[in-house]
Amino acid sequence: MGISVSNISKSYKDLKALQNISFEVKPNELFGLIGPDGAGKTTLFRILTTLLIANEGEATVAGLDVLKDFKEIRKYVGYMPGRFSLYQDLTVEENLNFFATIFGTSIEENYELIKDIYVQIEPFKDRRAGKLSGGMKQKLALSCALIHKPKVLFLDEPTTGVDPVSRKEFWEMLKRLQQKGITILVSTPYMDEAALCDRIALIQDGEILQIDTPENIVKQYPKTIYDVSANNMYQLINSLKAYQHKHSVYPFGEFVHYTDTRSDFNPKELKTYLEAQNLSNISIERTQATIEDSFMELAK
Amino acid sequence: MKRFIGFITKEFYHIFRDRRSLFILFGMPIVQILLFGFAITNEINNVDIAILDHSKDATTKEIINKISASKYFSIKQLIEREDDIEAVFKKGKVKAVLNFEKDFSKNLVKDHKATVQIITDATDPNTANTISNYVSSILQKYQQEQNKAITINYIIVPQPRMVYNPELKSVYMFVPGVMTIILMLVSAMMTSISITREKELGTMEILLVSPIKPFQVIIGKVFPYIFLSIINAIVIVLLSIFIFKMPVQGSLFLLGLESVLFIISALALGILISTISATQQTAMMISLMGLMLPVILLSGFIFPISSMPLPLQIISNAIPAKWFIIILKGIMLKGVGLQFIWKETLILLGMTVFFIGLSVKKYKIRLE
Repeated sequence: MGISVSNISKSYKDLKALQNISFEVKPNELFGLIGPDGAGKTTLFRILTTLLIANEGEATVAGLDVLKDFKEIRKYVGYMPGRFSLYQDLTVEENLNFFATIFGTSIEENYELIKDIYVQIEPFKDRRAGKLSGGMKQKLALSCALIHKPKVLFLDEPTTGVDPVSRKEFWEMLKRLQQKGITILVSTPYMDEAALCDRIALIQDGEILQIDTPENIVKQYPKTIYDVSANNMYQLINSLKAYQHKHSVYPFGEFVHYTDTRSDFNPKELKTYLEAQNLSNISIERTQATIEDSFMELAK
Repeated sequence: MKRFIGFITKEFYHIFRDRRSLFILFGMPIVQILLFGFAITNEINNVDIAILDHSKDATTKEIINKISASKYFSIKQLIEREDDIEAVFKKGKVKAVLNFEKDFSKNLVKDHKATVQIITDATDPNTANTISNYVSSILQKYQQEQNKAITINYIIVPQPRMVYNPELKSVYMFVPGVMTIILMLVSAMMTSISITREKELGTMEILLVSPIKPFQVIIGKVFPYIFLSIINAIVIVLLSIFIFKMPVQGSLFLLGLESVLFIISALALGILISTISATQQTAMMISLMGLMLPVILLSGFIFPISSMPLPLQIISNAIPAKWFIIILKGIMLKGVGLQFIWKETLILLGMTVFFIGLSVKKYKIRLE
């Protein structure tokens, strides 16, 4: 009932969008595709939702082949494209009704499944979809993708352009849907959302860098990370980048994440160097790696 | 079936909530038919002319009276000298000058022949031609009346008679043409736009990833426009009957059936256009350039096909509008039944089937 992808490749003219992608999504799993814009996430979604044909490789969704059984797959999957793709000139209720009808069901029949989400937008059910806020649009789109009780749910960047509160709510909803037995494949460019998935695949330039649980990915981070801060952020970054033993330097909120090439790295040595660069208020502390650090390290 | 009704309901919401498309749907037919009917016309009415009468006798006076009595001409100026002819033309006051020769009456009696020169301003050749014909016909009429009075009459006078549109009203010619244009535009352009809109807004992606079948989408898209186009056709026919007093000679039922056939062929063209265009704008441009222009120029609506160069005559056969205009003229003006237009109907039917087949085949079940 999950998703199986083996050796999928896809090119647009000269551009290789996906190169030899393979992974498995177990039934009832919340699986995340994490990668920057242009990594090939949308292309992969479109192949799995039978909208595109891969140049090479095979894939099954809910045990059905994406090429041969595309008509069957279209009955059982819910798909929410990255761009808001509902009818803007139809009201919330008309949109939901329409999608229920074309899937041969009704709002009442599957109300239970969408209730948690739909109650939040129900007060606006007579409003045109085009006039909703970003967060409400996402909720409506999710309701529409769920109305036929899909076995597998594909969500392509569902939280892009949504405020932090709505994003948090959205992920809570996904967790609840997972409990109802739906397999979910979700993509996001936000690394912080990755930690909320059961397993994730880090993807860049059409290639998968790593597949594992978020905890394992972080655990496998090879280096010791230090949070470095000083009075002048910009100068700090430049100085760190110029340091001869630096391995990686990435700004991370109010800190800079720093790793060193040497295994016997001594923070005091770095502090002395930075002071020599006219920086003050210097603090260097050990910290935990995040998914973002792992991604940066892998993408190097 | 429920799916289908749901889809059609949605389409009607789209149409009625978009003011622009509503205007195109219902405003345009009325505006066009009134425009073509009233403003664009080949008839001449109250054309200003000048008279140069060298003889000023009873006969010329009588002829001049006849001309000024007709509603086609009004005599603006009487001039005295040949030199003035060019002057009045240059001033642009008159479209024609009638120049009666000296001793007109005398010559007519003596030689049975007198001359009147009809000088027309041919900057507008069509009007010049029409004026010249109208004047000739008035003169001829006068001559006939005179000949009746004389007992011996061996002159054979040809008697032209215009049939089907005896008053040569151009609106009778335009109504079939305008009806064709409007049905073509509403059907083809609106469907192609409404399908490409789904592509442009990304909703096509969701529709594809659903159990709804391609033919259900196509029929769902097309159905509302069949309905609206039929209403349009009815409005046009009613306007032409009640405002332009244009008689519909043939069977209204046959007219309706033929119209539905043409509407379906136009809709199929619209779907075909939508399969090759990615945005609403492209769809609109292709519809306007690819359909409107051939319909206006090559269908025989404005320019007679028989006077076109041969290659264009051959191309015109491929335009459904040509056949529909022949059918419309047949039913509306000549009052013929199916037995006279079955060939055209069959051609139109063949084209329709071909376009539907092609558009269903070209309809993409995936994104590329």
